Amino acid sequence: MTASPHSDPEPVVRFDNVGMRYGRGPEILRDLSFDLPRGSFQFLTGPSGAGKTSLLKLIYLSAKPSRGLVSFFGRDAATLPRKELPDLRRRIGVVFQEFRLLNHLSVFDNVALPLRVAGRKRSDYAEDVAELLAWVGLGNRMTALPPTLSGGEQQRVAIARAVVGQPEILIADEPTGNVDPEMGMRLLRLFAELNKLGTTIVIATHDLQLVRMVDAPVMTLSNGHLHIRPPRSQRQREAEAREAEGREALDAVSRGDAGKAGDGDTEARDE
Amino acid sequence: MNEAVPKPPPGGSGRLLPPDSGRDRPLFLVAAILVFLACIAALGARGAWVQAQTWTSDLESSLTIQIRPVEERDTDADARTAAEIARGMDGVREATARTREHAVALLSPWLGENNLPDDLPLPLMVEVELDPRTVRAGTFAPDALQARLDEAGLAATVDDHSRWASAVRRAARTAQTLGLALLALVAGAAAAVVAFAARASLAARIDVIDALHLCGAEDGFIAGLFQRRFFMLGLKSGATGAVFAGLVSILVSVGGSPADMAFFLPQWAADPFEIILLALAPLLAGLTAAVSARLAVASDLRGRW
Repeated sequence: MTASPHSDPEPVVRFDNVGMRYGRGPEILRDLSFDLPRGSFQFLTGPSGAGKTSLLKLIYLSAKPSRGLVSFFGRDAATLPRKELPDLRRRIGVVFQEFRLLNHLSVFDNVALPLRVAGRKRSDYAEDVAELLAWVGLGNRMTALPPTLSGGEQQRVAIARAVVGQPEILIADEPTGNVDPEMGMRLLRLFAELNKLGTTIVIATHDLQLVRMVDAPVMTLSNGHLHIRPPRSQRQREAEAREAEGREALDAVSRGDAGKAGDGDTEARDE
Repeated sequence: MNEAVPKPPPGGSGRLLPPDSGRDRPLFLVAAILVFLACIAALGARGAWVQAQTWTSDLESSLTIQIRPVEERDTDADARTAAEIARGMDGVREATARTREHAVALLSPWLGENNLPDDLPLPLMVEVELDPRTVRAGTFAPDALQARLDEAGLAATVDDHSRWASAVRRAARTAQTLGLALLALVAGAAAAVVAFAARASLAARIDVIDALHLCGAEDGFIAGLFQRRFFMLGLKSGATGAVFAGLVSILVSVGGSPADMAFFLPQWAADPFEIILLALAPLLAGLTAAVSARLAVASDLRGRW
């Protein structure tokens, strides 16, 4: 699975020549074209100020592109009627870099928020929410208010809130920035688990160690442009294929038959 | 880490909108004052109407016949005759001829006692009291009485007070219109204040709104939160304003007020109208606040994506 331009016939998210600017400022995202295939897992990296958060905003429907086409589940975001947005947003879970927890609500209520706004009854979801909180290690802090939690605990609350509604897309902005490596691993396992269940995952991170732990494509933003590096396994396969091709070509040359070489995979666009 | 027994905390869900009673306090005061003014205006308009009703019915249930002094005639006798004729009419309950002494007594505050020459011609009055049923039915015709008096050759004029009654009614209508206009203005001001406050509250809580939005909350859901909050606020400040308005009108009634002022002051008559008005005021205030807040928030949300 790759995040290369339009390789999937029905991606959950498709960007086509998307540009974005704030007001009359310079364009901070330029000519982005990529797909997020259903059930894919990708990292998003890039130096600070490269536009990672802006790109994420486009994906979680918090901003509109200045130009180009963004479509969700096959539907053009620009032409979506306003009243269909909430439903779409419920299919997208977001872990914000600054968490955006509601400080006047308990940890439990914060996590239950997406279920509550979807109109579900407390008795329906209470057990699930409690179980999820226990899973992220906050089983004994359910009645605490966010300001009394450590940064790592708040982050886990934010993650729990993002995943509680079993979204089809999960977007996480630096989700492991405030936790120790052990908890970071645990959270990554949670994301991997969700991914196995079919959730499309985008994780923005600076943590290269984290990136190395998953065999997933890496989207890198710099100067508003996006480069996509295929997953390690694919690159290896391609390298092997090239090597094999090279060998074949060499063999062919040695056999005096050079015409067949060079029709390999041209889709890999490594930086 | 307590992973073994995940049990949801007991109790209900927390309120999605954080309580901001500190911020709401001035709004509570303004709303209470507006409801108070609205109640006073309504009670005043009602008071004017009741007052006018009493006055006009007093005026309309009586009329006077004026007997002009004519040389060579006994004015006192003419007055008695006129009373006789009036008594003979349908719908007249009582007719009393006032004597010359009565007329002199009426003049004494201006001219002093015993300063009038005995032969000074004075007009005399006949007071005619009508049967209330006739007054209500409006069947009594002063013109017929006048005609009979003319037939009898009396120099008499019937004054049915209609000029005064219509003036009082006009004044009452003016007071009522004024009261209702004030009511409408105050209600409009209240709605505008609440809309403003709801927008401010929305702006102050944009973090919550953002979080709710991104969790997939519908506009109606968010507007409903504000609607509930402002309904409660309207209800509370409405109750406060109504209670104070009731107290003030009771105080005004108990304290007594000069008759010329009483027309525009709220009077406590302890009748169902007042009780219902004051009981409805908080509800109306709550509804006004709720609708206004909902519309304001919904229109603000429409401007966001």
